[in-house]
Amino acid sequence: MVNPQPSLPSPASAYGARARVWNWRRTLAPTGNRGDALFRILLFLFALILLLIVATMIVAIAANSRLSIDKFGMAFLTGRAWNPVTGQFGALPFIYGTIVSSLIALLIAVPLSLGVAVFLVEQAPRSLARPIAFLVELLAAIPSVVYGLWGIFVLAPFLRVHVEPLLARWLGWLPFFQGPITGIGLLTGGIILAIMITPIISAVVRDVLSAVPVSQREAALALGATKWETTRVVLANAASGIAGAIILGLGRAIGETMAVTMVIGNRPQISASLFEPSYTIASVIANEFTEATDNLYLSALIEIGLILFLVTFMVNGAAKLLVWSVTRGTSGTARAA
Amino acid sequence: MPEESTTGQAAQRAGISAEKASVRDLNFFYGNTQALHHVSLAIPERQVMAFIGPSGCGKSTFLRTLNRMNDTIPGTRVEGQVWIDGQDIYAPDMDVVNLRRRVGMVFQKSNPFPKSIFDNVAYGLHINRLTKSKAELQERVERALMDAALWPEVKDRLKSSALGLSGGQQQRLCIARALAVQPEVILMDEPASALDPMATQKIEELIVELKRQYTIVIVTHNMQQAARVSDQTAFFWLGKLVEVNSTEKIFTAPDQKLTEDYITGRFG
Amino acid sequence: MMKSGDMMKASAPRKNFRLTTNTIMTTLTAACAFFVVSILVLILGYIAWQGIAAINLRFLFDTPKPVGEGGGIGNAITGTLLLLLIASVIGMPFGIATGIYLAEFGEGRFATLVRFVADTLTGVPSIVVGVFVYTLIVLPMKQFSTLAGGLALALIMIPIVTRTTEEMIRLVPTSLREGALALGAPQCRVTLGVVLPAAASGIATGAMLAIARVSGETAPLLFTAFGSRFFNWRLDQPIASLTVQIYNYAISPYDEWHAQAWAATLVLMTLILLINITVRFFTRRKF
Repeated sequence: MVNPQPSLPSPASAYGARARVWNWRRTLAPTGNRGDALFRILLFLFALILLLIVATMIVAIAANSRLSIDKFGMAFLTGRAWNPVTGQFGALPFIYGTIVSSLIALLIAVPLSLGVAVFLVEQAPRSLARPIAFLVELLAAIPSVVYGLWGIFVLAPFLRVHVEPLLARWLGWLPFFQGPITGIGLLTGGIILAIMITPIISAVVRDVLSAVPVSQREAALALGATKWETTRVVLANAASGIAGAIILGLGRAIGETMAVTMVIGNRPQISASLFEPSYTIASVIANEFTEATDNLYLSALIEIGLILFLVTFMVNGAAKLLVWSVTRGTSGTARAA
Repeated sequence: MPEESTTGQAAQRAGISAEKASVRDLNFFYGNTQALHHVSLAIPERQVMAFIGPSGCGKSTFLRTLNRMNDTIPGTRVEGQVWIDGQDIYAPDMDVVNLRRRVGMVFQKSNPFPKSIFDNVAYGLHINRLTKSKAELQERVERALMDAALWPEVKDRLKSSALGLSGGQQQRLCIARALAVQPEVILMDEPASALDPMATQKIEELIVELKRQYTIVIVTHNMQQAARVSDQTAFFWLGKLVEVNSTEKIFTAPDQKLTEDYITGRFG
Repeated sequence: MMKSGDMMKASAPRKNFRLTTNTIMTTLTAACAFFVVSILVLILGYIAWQGIAAINLRFLFDTPKPVGEGGGIGNAITGTLLLLLIASVIGMPFGIATGIYLAEFGEGRFATLVRFVADTLTGVPSIVVGVFVYTLIVLPMKQFSTLAGGLALALIMIPIVTRTTEEMIRLVPTSLREGALALGAPQCRVTLGVVLPAAASGIATGAMLAIARVSGETAPLLFTAFGSRFFNWRLDQPIASLTVQIYNYAISPYDEWHAQAWAATLVLMTLILLINITVRFFTRRKF
């Protein structure tokens, strides 16, 4: 007969390992209390259902893309034609549009976010930092569709009238800045994405910088370093966390739908010019899903959704690992949400 | 190695020491709380001065006023003067960055940068652009590591990460890092308190060796350590300087009863 | 050996370079922060400006009408509220229960798996969630519905609520827990009666933030709830929502509808900002 265990909180696994008599109730609830067993079963069920839902999600999406996968195979990823009428579906234009718009977004957002984070953690006095941090985080609360609305009516005309003509004039010898200027296109999409991912990247970088121990800063200062030189030491300490933040931002940029759909032009083409309209993976799904009349069309769109899911899954996984390695233990609040 | 000045040797033989630093009527505040009260003290050149006292008595705070590290804490205020080499370091036109190069610091817990051993020692040299060639940099790093009694242990792995060293080695690395920029004064805030007895002994031997060239101020809560390594000792209590004298006198026949009580362990 | 007076001297040109760099970088980072904040102000200001111009009381209660006849977003507002309600009814229990499970029984392989899956779910683009619910519910039902929309939103809500719930529960000091256990209370009593109430305000703010976040979602609703021009209170019919309405109006070619899009945005942003500011106000921790 196993002695009654003392009523102390402890991980259930410890008890599971030590019990010499296998006992349903004991395994479920170390205290032997029926209420505890029920409690645990109930919560366990909720968690299990969550797992099942996600599993079903993956299976459902994979199953529904079967049609398209069987028909096109790997050529789906390299096919340049997207023609619902003739039943030709190739995802390359969307992959291209997603990659380029995300890259533009990162190019703009990363220095900006780093600057904001460094300012807030290393330089601003506490009383100034808190309101500014709040305002930057508020940017993350603005819905995607609102960014899109603002993008159509404020950003696009601004780019069309003031920015893109200048780019065409000075840098027009580059293939990126050639062609007709409408304000709607890859560049606008990239810029809107940049604004949207800045608060996320800067929030994570701020967490990461705060996690660097004060002793590192003191070590540098005591050797006669200036404030900026000390900051460089802090940045070196936080390097992998910063990398994680950037990848996290990338993950968000890839999955962003509405704002991009509204300003990118939605034309499945691959062109070097950033002024040209383009199409992203998320946008094509948003745009054409309800118009998909035949099964192949729908299946192709769902396959694109599958690609999107897998890509964001891998990117986010990599990001979490990097960030975790730096902030291990210290409060990494629900940032990545 | 820089030559020991003959005036210094003569002065030491005569029992008088040139004054490296002098603190005059220092009051220190954390916000509204006063942490140091009217502290006046002279720090002799090329000797080891130890600050002792119970925890919270202000000795670390006082140490940090000597290289203005307290400036990094918001809300602190200093009244009084700290003269080093004939200059008040709290004068408004004082170049604090340069001050910190001349007055180095070793912390209680070693804090090497996440870089290689070589890069750690070279850091101060780099930012202050103190060397003109790679060869000179190499030489200075090597010399600093030798002065810190670490060279034989790391000479074959200079490029490996500093974080791979043991606690005692890391602390000696931090000392080497501080030595590399050739300070005149080295402040040590309980440098061996986080180390095991063997490592502690090595650090103490190092301190006795270093005082031939550098002025050293060390804060310690270990009275035996103070008795072993220092020439002068200052006893602090509740933010006031109670007594400062030669170590021998403090530990055998102190002037103040408070000092005697602390030394004999009646409190603290 | 350095003599007195040399304390102040250092290699002057190098020193100037370092000081200048320092000043430049400080200015640059401040400029970044200023720039980002001004973008926020720009966007919010523009919304306020355009939105206030087009908003009136009729607008808030009417249904959409053809161009030229005015119309409003009454059904969109009620639609959003209904969708949020369904999402909360489904999502909150799941999220909170899973959060409690992870906090109380959070060691072991199963718990790690659950945590991993919840984390993954946060990263899934909302449109993929929409696709999923489409295949699961809309296809078999052969129509768009409020239920599908609510479920999609719930799926987005659950991982957020799980994460914040787990965190908040973990923040409750062990001493509180042990005090209750030492009096002979079973673990379920302790959790439900002592720990949860202590963590309640934190969990509530997490829930509110999740609602604010989900109220702005558009993509998953596009092919689950789809949209409607009428008021709808049934679970098995398509339903309008603020976000989808904004989207439809924004991409339409009519100026009048553009104006209505701004007004609707103003309403949506007011809701979201209110929730966010209230929550931040009540949880004034570091940063």
